[in-house]
Amino acid sequence: MILELLIIVTAVKIYFIPLYRSTDFEVHRNWLAVTNNLTIDQWYHDTTSKWTLDYPPFFAWLELALSYIAKMFDPAMVKIENLDYASEMTVLFQRLSVIILDFVYMYGAFRCARFISRGNLLVFLILITNPGLIMVDHIHFQYNGFLFGVLFLSMANLFENNCVYAAFWFAMLLNLKHIFLYMAPVYVVYLLRAYCFTVSSKDGVHTPWYSFSVVNLIKLAATVLFVFGLSFGPFINQLPQVFARLFPFKRGLSHAYWAPNFWAFYNFADKILQHLCLKFGIPVVTQEASMTGGLVQEYQHAVLPTITPATTFVLTAVSMMPALVKLWHLGADTKYRSLSFARCLTLCSTCAFMFGWHVHEKAILMILIPLSYLSVLGKMDARFYTFMSVVGHYSLFPLLYPKKLLQIKIFLLLTHLCIVFYYLPILYEPKTKLSRKSAFLLVPRLTALQILYLCGLIGLCFYENVLHIFLGLDKTLPFLPLMITSVYCALGVFYFWVSFYKYFLYSQLSTAPISSKSTWLDNEIRITSDKNK
Amino acid sequence: MSKRTDPDKFIVTKYVLYPGLLLALLVRCCVAAYPYSGRGAPPMFGDFEAQRHWQEVTVHTPARDWYRNTTHNDLQYWGLDYPPLSAYHSLLLGLVADWLEPESVRLFASRGYESETHETFMRWTVFLSDLYFYVTAVLCICIHMERVTSKSELSVFKRTDVSTVICLLYPGIILIDHGHFQYNCVSLGLFLRATFFIVAIENDIMATIFFVLALNYKQMELYHALPFFFYLLRKCFITVTNESSMAHLIYRFTKLAIAVIGTFSAVWYPLVHSWDDVLQILHRLFPIKRGVFEDKVSNVWCSANVFVKLKHVYNNEEMVRMCVMSTLVACMPSCLDLFFRINRKKFVLCLINVSLAFFLFSYQVHEKSILLVAIPVTIYLPDDPFTSLWFLLLSTFSMLPLLLKDGLLLPLLCTSSIYLSFYSIALHLSGLETNIFSVLSANTVYEAAKTKSYNHVVMKLFSTMFFFSLQGMILLGLGSLLVKPPPQYPDLFPLLISMYSCLHFIFFLIYFTYCQLQLPMCLPVQLKVKKN
Repeated sequence: MILELLIIVTAVKIYFIPLYRSTDFEVHRNWLAVTNNLTIDQWYHDTTSKWTLDYPPFFAWLELALSYIAKMFDPAMVKIENLDYASEMTVLFQRLSVIILDFVYMYGAFRCARFISRGNLLVFLILITNPGLIMVDHIHFQYNGFLFGVLFLSMANLFENNCVYAAFWFAMLLNLKHIFLYMAPVYVVYLLRAYCFTVSSKDGVHTPWYSFSVVNLIKLAATVLFVFGLSFGPFINQLPQVFARLFPFKRGLSHAYWAPNFWAFYNFADKILQHLCLKFGIPVVTQEASMTGGLVQEYQHAVLPTITPATTFVLTAVSMMPALVKLWHLGADTKYRSLSFARCLTLCSTCAFMFGWHVHEKAILMILIPLSYLSVLGKMDARFYTFMSVVGHYSLFPLLYPKKLLQIKIFLLLTHLCIVFYYLPILYEPKTKLSRKSAFLLVPRLTALQILYLCGLIGLCFYENVLHIFLGLDKTLPFLPLMITSVYCALGVFYFWVSFYKYFLYSQLSTAPISSKSTWLDNEIRITSDKNK
Repeated sequence: MSKRTDPDKFIVTKYVLYPGLLLALLVRCCVAAYPYSGRGAPPMFGDFEAQRHWQEVTVHTPARDWYRNTTHNDLQYWGLDYPPLSAYHSLLLGLVADWLEPESVRLFASRGYESETHETFMRWTVFLSDLYFYVTAVLCICIHMERVTSKSELSVFKRTDVSTVICLLYPGIILIDHGHFQYNCVSLGLFLRATFFIVAIENDIMATIFFVLALNYKQMELYHALPFFFYLLRKCFITVTNESSMAHLIYRFTKLAIAVIGTFSAVWYPLVHSWDDVLQILHRLFPIKRGVFEDKVSNVWCSANVFVKLKHVYNNEEMVRMCVMSTLVACMPSCLDLFFRINRKKFVLCLINVSLAFFLFSYQVHEKSILLVAIPVTIYLPDDPFTSLWFLLLSTFSMLPLLLKDGLLLPLLCTSSIYLSFYSIALHLSGLETNIFSVLSANTVYEAAKTKSYNHVVMKLFSTMFFFSLQGMILLGLGSLLVKPPPQYPDLFPLLISMYSCLHFIFFLIYFTYCQLQLPMCLPVQLKVKKN
């Protein structure tokens, strides 16, 4: 069954080879050329193309490896001067490289799905059909699937209690793409609590300080330092330049299209206030921000105070703190701590997404993918995922703007939603109940308000693609639909963030007794994390 | 009060229905993102331009002139050569296009018009037509199939969800309609509805009306006319005990005749004012001048042409006569069997046989006409999954030269592999121990289908033949992609492919005729819905 599903998903990806691709395609082609032609001390200095190398060293090594294969397809592809080069062979090679590296993701998903006793095929299906990943990787062009595959490998090792391996894979991941730094606090807290403290306390409140194992800490530290040394070692002489490339604070608070996070509200409020001020004749600094290009410069707010990177970091860290403290306590419970870890990972990604500096809309995948893994592990998580699978994936739609792709986007999403909305309820509801009620839409028991909100998305989609053009507003207000989409989705993500936070903080897995009367409650979950005991 | 049995209340299996259905639609969207036939290829472009041109003509000229060569309507440039219903469909779409993007249907000025928005619009029209006509008809038939099958016989292939999705994922129609660009889904959808009324509801009048509508959308539906004719005629002879048989016969026959004539006149009325008009339209629909075949078609004449140049030996008139005779001979066993030993189950088989006979022997056959055979096979698939799968794959393969010309190789490969994978998933769902290669084994497939069983040797033979047939397809496919044919035979591979397919089709004709003759006679009675 798994093989067939893999073939179907891969075949769907292959359809997209000749279709629209974004500038990221050229970005990666340039990196192939840079890594292939230059010596490593020039990698982070080269500025022939405006798309300079801004991923950590391991990804650059990966590009180098790929470039040797690329040469066999088309040698002109790896010439640095060939800007915007896209011959048929180049497209084929680049697309195939994504499709083939995606098998790492599928393997990772398979490894993680194995721990689940009920619904393991379902979670595998949900993971591999993720429409966001397909849209971003195979149409827009990026290598996220591969990176999430490494994340899953790390998570799988964690669930098996192979904490050193988990740390190893996560360090690898950090050196492939540094955006995963946002997940690092969760790893740090969890590994400290679950690995460095060898004794677990029963009540989950008190920390058994006496059981702190220095050996374990050294093992972890050595692993991580080894990986980082391997990665940054060759660049030791040019670290400032590398870091300048990796963390470009020159870019604005928000991306060209506002990611649906807290700053979307902030920018929106700023726009509104600006208009109000103009209306009432209060002078404001008006500055047109370019909303189209990929390289957005710093953007000044007109009325509200301008946000600095430091503010966003403080906000992110503060918002993560309660969750991390909770994880420290939940980490004491040997049976369910892997579950708590996965939840906290999702939550902290959401915090980072909400408040981070220059967050891409694509970063929502960092919420959706761990959350979709959780969806088979608890009824509440399933509800959150049913909600977020609509909002989150819809918020990715503006990424693929050509009108031609609309049909594909809609049906990719609908196919996935069908799996989520139809199979998840079957997993949680006993069969007898199912036949009596209409299982579709009802059983995940989204509240009326949530359903209303989701229906609003249909209206939004209709407005954006049909009504807006018929009203003739696409000439005068071309960015209005984008703004509405991002603010509307931000509302949903914000709602999810608050309610998931509340759910996580109040979850009392460590003390909850295994109740017998409610059959499909959260404690039905069996992550066999304590297999090694 | 005891529980009344409510005939409308039934449970169908829909475990994979929704995701599968949407997957089938997604595949259609993906294929539609590829270029259509004749894109950017002046002066004649391709089928896409033909459809657009018909919209232009039907919107801007009076209905009477649609089929005539006038100053506003140049029949040499993609003149309308489909029946009136097709023209009305074009008119309807043309009016919408006129409202959305008037340049796309401007008379004369719009020839070769290509813009991204217009293409998107045209693709959506096919998609919606497909959804409205074809998908719903398939659903009806598949739901019915599960309803009337008793629980012990209910194989995985007869489950509503599985059969619907397998039917909808058939690559041939997806690639031709959504890739190459045509509206086959409309006529085939109407035809499936007619079939549904015969095999499920037994409403002969509705069946007649829908079939006449299908016929009026594409004259190629004539391939299916004989089974409808013989089946409905035979049903007129079924006597009911307490009525005078002669009066009953006349009554039934008149009803059908009125339905046919009424539908025809309703469809043709706006276009026809004299006999001359009728003759003109008929002349447009059946152009005898165009020769026995155009491109390489996998039928008997094209294969025979390799050895004997038919054009030099016979003129067109003689050729037509030969075609008619041979077609009749080839479909008579099936038709007569349907007439004298009527059985509802034979109806679909008869459709397959007759259309296959037409495809192999008749005049002016197009390689896309294989769809007319393939669609009945998709509904027959639950009864004989192994041979049907083989046929469906081969029918897709037989269109390879056409698809290569359109640049649809990648969609062809993807769609076929999705189709095969889903078929394999269906085998999994049967609960047997299967892997991905079980598709190749006739034994496993028939066991999962719970239908008939041949003896062991025949099964082995079938499996081996299927395996080598697949090998042949792969080799010929690779050959036409990679090998450069010698300069004196530029059409070497299309010809080889068509001959290879033709051999298979002859085998299938014999096989399906044998299947039909095997079935016993059984007067059609109202089917019982199984109790749930």
